[in-house]
Amino acid sequence: MVVARELRRRYGETDALRGIGFEVGRGELFGIIGPDGAGKTTLFRVLATLLLADSGSATIDGLDVARDYAALRRRLGYMPGRFSLYQDLTVEENLEFFATVFGATIEANYALVADIYRQLEPFKKRRAGALSGGMKQKLALCCALIHKPELLLLDEPTTGVDPVSRKEFWDMLGRLNGQGITILVSTPYMDEAGLCDRIALMQGGSFLDVDRPAGIVAKYPHALWAVRASRMSGLLGDLRDKAGVLSCFAFGDSHHVATDGSLGPAELERYLASRGHESIEIGRIEPGIEDCFMDLAGAGEGR
Amino acid sequence: MTQFVAFVKKEFRHIVRDRWTMLILLALPVIMLLLFGYAITTEVRNTKVAIYDPSDDVMTRNIVERLSASEYFEVDRLLASPDEAEAAFKGGEVGLVVLFPDRFAEKYARGGEAQVLLEADGSDPNTATTLVSYAKGVIAAYQGELARSAGPAAARARLIDTQVRLLYNPELKGAYNFVPGVMGMVLMLICAMMTSVSIAREKEKGTMEVLLVSPLKPFLIIVAKAVPYFALSILNLATILVFSVFVLGVPVEGSLFGLVLVSFVFIFLSLSVGLLISSMVSSQAAALLISGMALMLPVLLISGMMFPIENMPFFLRALSAALPARWYIAAVKKLMIKGLGPYSVARELAILSAMTIAILAASLRQFRVRLE
Repeated sequence: MVVARELRRRYGETDALRGIGFEVGRGELFGIIGPDGAGKTTLFRVLATLLLADSGSATIDGLDVARDYAALRRRLGYMPGRFSLYQDLTVEENLEFFATVFGATIEANYALVADIYRQLEPFKKRRAGALSGGMKQKLALCCALIHKPELLLLDEPTTGVDPVSRKEFWDMLGRLNGQGITILVSTPYMDEAGLCDRIALMQGGSFLDVDRPAGIVAKYPHALWAVRASRMSGLLGDLRDKAGVLSCFAFGDSHHVATDGSLGPAELERYLASRGHESIEIGRIEPGIEDCFMDLAGAGEGR
Repeated sequence: MTQFVAFVKKEFRHIVRDRWTMLILLALPVIMLLLFGYAITTEVRNTKVAIYDPSDDVMTRNIVERLSASEYFEVDRLLASPDEAEAAFKGGEVGLVVLFPDRFAEKYARGGEAQVLLEADGSDPNTATTLVSYAKGVIAAYQGELARSAGPAAARARLIDTQVRLLYNPELKGAYNFVPGVMGMVLMLICAMMTSVSIAREKEKGTMEVLLVSPLKPFLIIVAKAVPYFALSILNLATILVFSVFVLGVPVEGSLFGLVLVSFVFIFLSLSVGLLISSMVSSQAAALLISGMALMLPVLLISGMMFPIENMPFFLRALSAALPARWYIAAVKKLMIKGLGPYSVARELAILSAMTIAILAASLRQFRVRLE
């Protein structure tokens, strides 16, 4: 469905895209995971025919994003990152407007958005500006869907949305995907990666890896430990000083420590105790996407 | 087509729902007109007139009689010498001084030098023009009577030459001159500023990205944006004309058809300027700044609205020639105030049309089907 080859794009001094290449199959839910400034939005704009790449090529369904933009625009559903609807129009007016502009009607494609729109219907006379963040994103999704696109491009649809709404939003994506719509979605939230069929980890304009979420996790090469102590401040620095510790990052209430084979938990605990730490807890954990991302990003910087 | 209609409907909703936009669109023209025009209009009934009449013959007495018979004038005093005129004005009571030469009737009969001098206080320009034109009317009516009784052949050779001298403000700036200026400014402002800001808003809010991805032709987006402002400009044009005729008393002396025609061309031109601005900027603030500073100020200062172009140095005159509003204002002056027909503004119309084509072409070339 989507084939990108060696996409490059510069913005002044920064390389927003440094040779991106990937493929998305028909019916896939493909996630692009990366922090702010990774180049996700630039990539989406190139795919949405809104931006020309400096070099490289991309096709969607065999249509070139640069040359065949007019034909492509009929088939895409695009929801930009800072997508705002018309705040001064009501929910209903927004949906109606986008449906008409895309040459569709709400009635014809109601089945597609029914699931989502049913939640919005009680507020349909309300102005979009008065909706909550989650509701806004649902309405925006409706607007992007209303012309029954073959490919949905969603740029950070859940950024700034509360956790409950985020969950609901992903449930909807799953259902839409189930109906055969190919979805390309980006997010800075690593915990959403597991909900995709395949993901690309993106950093500094490059893809670090592209695989199924399970595949990425399986490739994690190190032993990983969650370490906790009574005095968390100072712990991070002490851990990083220890030989055999490859990396150490703060993860909520514990630190995730990656070690090479030479360093076991017993030795680590002895070392921390000698540095004056108390109530030390060390447990082996399975790596998450974020651990993999940190590891790949760290390796990328060292390279 | 349905897409286009839906878009125009959406634009109207934006305008109607924003209180400030509505206020600017509807109240601004009226406020400007009132500020510039109405504030300096005064009642001219029973204005006191001073007369200097060394002739004191049948003709001058007739003229004075007719002046005092009109509802506008009241002969207040007779001056012993022309030098007393200024003192009469400074007293503040006299609004008009009529000065006759000696042996007026004799000069008239010989043909040629029968000259009347009307002096008015130009520091209140609107009143001064009104007074002078009323007095001229009275004298012209009298002359008409004379001509009828003497026969046309004799009248042709004999003329009362009415001279006007305005003290204190010889350039005579007033409501008459401001109405065309306000028209130029309001139309430019509403079309150029409002369109450019509304397109910039779409860019700023990110909705432009979605619109561009839609199958809607980019050109149609732009046209749909311009339609509501075009409609509103016509409404404004009508408001301004009604106000200036019925409230300010500035009549449309010349061709109304010509006035509407040249206004339509100017509205198109202003819309194109708005499109050009919006294709160059991506934020509302920048659009506002450019259309405010780059359009408003020159229109105010060098378009001939406030200061006569003839008195400007060459550089400013050249700059002013590049301003669309300057040509529009000149055309409106001809049509509204000088009372000329539509052919008299052919040059202005041609220049404005050429400018429209050039700017429209430039803005279409600038318009991008992508984000940058």
